Formats: sequence, structure tokens, C-alpha cells
Amino acid sequence: MSEPLLKVDSLTKRFGGLVATNNLSLDVLEGELHALIGPNGAGKTTFIAQIAGELHQDSGSIRFDGTEVSGWQTPARVQRGLARSFQITQLLPDYTTLDNVALAVQARRGHSYQFFIDARNRTDIRDEGGQHLDRVGLGGRADIAVSELSHGEQKQLELAIALATKPRMMLLDEPMAGLGTAECARMIDLLKVLKTEVTILLVEHDMDAVFALADRISVLVNGERIATGSADEIRANEAVRIAYLGEGDA
Amino acid sequence: MLKVDETFATQVGASPQRSWWPLAGTIIFILCAAAFPAFAKAIGDPSLIGLAVRITIYAIAAASLNLILGYGGMISFGHAAYFGIGGYVVGILYHHFVDGSPFLGFIPGTNEFLITIPAAIVVSGLFAFVLGALSLRTSGVPFIMITLAFAQMLFFLFISLKAYGGDDGLIVRRRNVLFDLDMRDDTTFYFLTVAIAVIYFVGFARLVRSPFGMVLGGIRQSERRMAAIGVSTYRYKLTAFVIAGMGAGLAGALMANYSKFVSPDMLHWTKSGDLMIMIIIGGTGTLLGPVFGAAVLIGLETFLTSWTEHWKFILGPILIVIVLFSSGGLTSLFSGWSRKRE
Repeated sequence: MSEPLLKVDSLTKRFGGLVATNNLSLDVLEGELHALIGPNGAGKTTFIAQIAGELHQDSGSIRFDGTEVSGWQTPARVQRGLARSFQITQLLPDYTTLDNVALAVQARRGHSYQFFIDARNRTDIRDEGGQHLDRVGLGGRADIAVSELSHGEQKQLELAIALATKPRMMLLDEPMAGLGTAECARMIDLLKVLKTEVTILLVEHDMDAVFALADRISVLVNGERIATGSADEIRANEAVRIAYLGEGDA
Repeated sequence: MLKVDETFATQVGASPQRSWWPLAGTIIFILCAAAFPAFAKAIGDPSLIGLAVRITIYAIAAASLNLILGYGGMISFGHAAYFGIGGYVVGILYHHFVDGSPFLGFIPGTNEFLITIPAAIVVSGLFAFVLGALSLRTSGVPFIMITLAFAQMLFFLFISLKAYGGDDGLIVRRRNVLFDLDMRDDTTFYFLTVAIAVIYFVGFARLVRSPFGMVLGGIRQSERRMAAIGVSTYRYKLTAFVIAGMGAGLAGALMANYSKFVSPDMLHWTKSGDLMIMIIIGGTGTLLGPVFGAAVLIGLETFLTSWTEHWKFILGPILIVIVLFSSGGLTSLFSGWSRKRE
């Protein structure tokens, strides 16, 4: 059997006395949508930040695509095919929607040490950026400044930017957070399509979304993984119910 | 056939964005600039030509700082260091040219404009590379402080360099020579400076719209986002820092030629502050903001000092009014006259 696309082994991260990630191991297989759930403060976002390379672990290893990437900075991991979206959107508010995506396309296609050509005249890059916007349903909003977009649209844009890096795996940090019911349903539909093309590690609080989308679910509590399994297995798991779903006697 | 139509449609669609004013504005500016010396002489005040030269030089210096401060979001408080280094390159090369002795034992002095100016740009760029590489390991307030500290180190270095005049500075008795131009004539030097400035600003306008400029603007807005799309932000910031240092070096070398004098004051932190004030008056992150800012600050300084030596007492309230009532600087009052951030 081949190695999982992402293989996290005995990952530990401490902030002073707080153990945010505690000896955490997790495999994400090529092609699956793996959901990561857990109560607030379970260390999900810290975990994502370590995989993305924004934080570096105290010990343990992260292997992506068969290579140890622990020592790599974020840009190197992105170029290798590991993209992320942000829970609190990180966009370029002064630029247009299309600029935001085109910049990701530009970055993927090589260095940007070109000083005297007009970036907005590079039609191949702009066209590809437009295609990524179409995919997430923002095709009609290409020339709007990002600061004018609604919260839901900004979440869609986060996804389009991640797609523009042509990732093999996406780390999606709460893509539904703050969305209305209709927007949420649209996002679920979109992720259903995307999960057929790219491996996804999804952190999400919306249980309906998680159970609708995930091939496998891992549960994180206090920085530790307490269970991994299919939706049904997780629903039936006693430890999960006590720790997280709030149905236990404790 | 359809393809041709599509291409045509794209061009038509794109044309409103490519408006006429950059080209027309440049031509109008060149015509006005060309007529200015004659105008100044006609109204009997040829000293205005010298004033225009100083404004032009400071516009270049302020614009170079604006690249990192306004476009890149790096608040460098030590930009005068590169301005001063550019000036000292001209001064020291001239000193050795007159002296006959080589600089550092092997670099002969020169007064050739075509050598001193590129040398000033390269040397300031090298300093910016080394100091930038160290400073950019920090960001935010530590970055402001460390750039200030490095600039002050260089300020005190030049004060203690007795071989080059110490705190008295160096006198450049004659301006550098360029072909057969009469460089002693302020009008000739004015045309030369304006020509260099036009080339500089045309290049600057292209730079900020280029793929590099887009990355730089992206870093200002969210460095985290840029890293997350695979951009190694440090290298781009350092490149911008070096380009900015080179621009200030150019301005410093021109200033050394114009005023025929270089001194540690060119590197003093108040000079860095002046450059910042120019940018804030004119509008941060705008192409022409530094030009307006330089014109207002140098203009006010010149006219107010003829009334009182306490001219900053009047300048202060004027600055406050400008900052309070024109959010985004003077450029925002001429909407459409320059790239705006909001």
C-alpha cells in the first residue's frame, strides 16, 4: 500500500504550559475528504497552521507527498501542492477579486521579478484566474474590490485562491463559518464537486456539512486525536459522544 | 472570424482602463517644465529654478521611500541614509579626483557624471541590501526602530570620518562634468534633473503595475496571504528595499551636485522624517503624491524661512490641516490624477 498523501506523526506543539497539539498522528489518504472536528480550543487551527508551515512543531514529523516537509517554510509547501484557506479571511482588500486570484496564478507560474510589464495585461494569467472565479461562482464579481464583497463571497474567494495554486491537497479552515443557510448549502455543493478532484482536510463546526461531505472524520480533543472513522462510526463512538457531542453522562 | 471579433471586443473593452491622462499628463508636464526657466526669468526671480531643482530631487527621494512605505507597507525611518550615501559617493569621488589619491588605495576619484551617478546608485543599493537584509528580519515597530538605528549609525560614522570633513562635510567645488554641458548653469542642471526625474517616474509607474509591484502591494495588504499562495515575501521585500535605496542614492547624488556640498546632515533622522512628511502630505501609495508633497514642504520651507526662522511653527498647523482634511493626502483632491488606494 502506498503512503498516505499527508502523514502526520506524533506531532506536539506547546505554548508555555498549554499543550496545543499532543502527540497527534493523522493520515490523510489521496483523494479523500477528511474532516477534523472538535470542541472550541481543541487545537484544530493550530494543527492546520503547523501543516501549512505557519507554525513549527516542537516535535514529531509531517510528511507530504512522500517528503518530510517539517523544516519547510509555507511558500515551499504551497509550491509542493499544499494550499490552505483561512478561517478569518486573509484577502487583499484593495485589489479586485480577479487580482486576488490572478496573483495566486502568477505566483504558481514562477517568480515575479518582472519589473516593467503590466501585470493586468497578462491575459493568460487573467483568463485562468477568471476560470477559478467561475468555479466558485464569483465569475460575475471579477472587477469588484474585495473590500466590497459580502462575507460569503469572501469565503468563496478564499477557496478560489487556494484552487489557483493548483493544490494536491487543500487545508480548509472552517469555510462555512459565518455563512447563512443558503450560502452554506452552496458551499457544501461546491465542496462536493471539489472533493472529487483534490484531497481535502476540512476543519468545520457545522456538523451537517461534515456528515454530508466527509469520507472519514477525526475528532480532536485537547490537542489529542481521540477517534477516526466514518460518519456512522463517529456518531456511534462513545468517547466522542462524551467529549464532544455532549450526549454522555459526564 | 469569430476569434478576430473576440480580440477586437477585448481591446475595446480594455480601452477605458487605459485612459489618456498618463500620456497627456506627462506631455503637459514636460512642456510646462521646459517653459519654467524662461517663466522664472521673465518674472524676475531666477532663484525659482534652484527651488524647482530641489523639489525635483526631493520628489525622487520621497518617491523611492514611498515604494517601500506606501506600496510595500514597510515603514523605514532611515531612508535618509541612502540619500546621504549617494551624496557622499559623489563627494568622496570628487575629493579623490582633486586630491589625486585613490579611494581605499585602488579606486581612482572622478568627476564624470556618468560614472558618479551610477556609482552612487550601486553603492546605496549595496548598503540597502545589507541593512535591509538585517532589518527585514523584523517588522512593525521593531522595523521602524532598527532602520532608524542603522541610519543613525551611518550618520555618526560620517561625523567621525575626519578624512572626509567630519561634521563639516565635504565641499564639491565644481559639479560633475557631463559631455560639454555647462553644469555650473542652474538652468542646464535644472533640465538635466527634470529629465532624470521624468525617466525615474515613468519607470516607477511601470514598476508598481508590474507583477513585482502587484506582489509588493499584496505584501502590504496581507503578508500571510502572500505566503499562503507560495510567495517568499522576504525576498520581495528585500528587492523593494534595495530598489528604494538606489532611488534615494540617485537623489542624494543629484543633491550633492546641485548644492556642491555633502554633510552628515543628509543622513540625519530628521531628513528621513522630512521624506515621510512629504509622502504623507502628498498621499501614501500614490505615484505623484511625493511630488506634491516635496513641492509643498520645500516650497513652504523656502517661503516661510524668508519671514521667520521659526518657520516650523507655521508648518506644523498646516500639516495638521492637510492630514485632517484630505484623507489620503493632496493626491486625493485630484481624483483620477493618480493611482488611489481606496
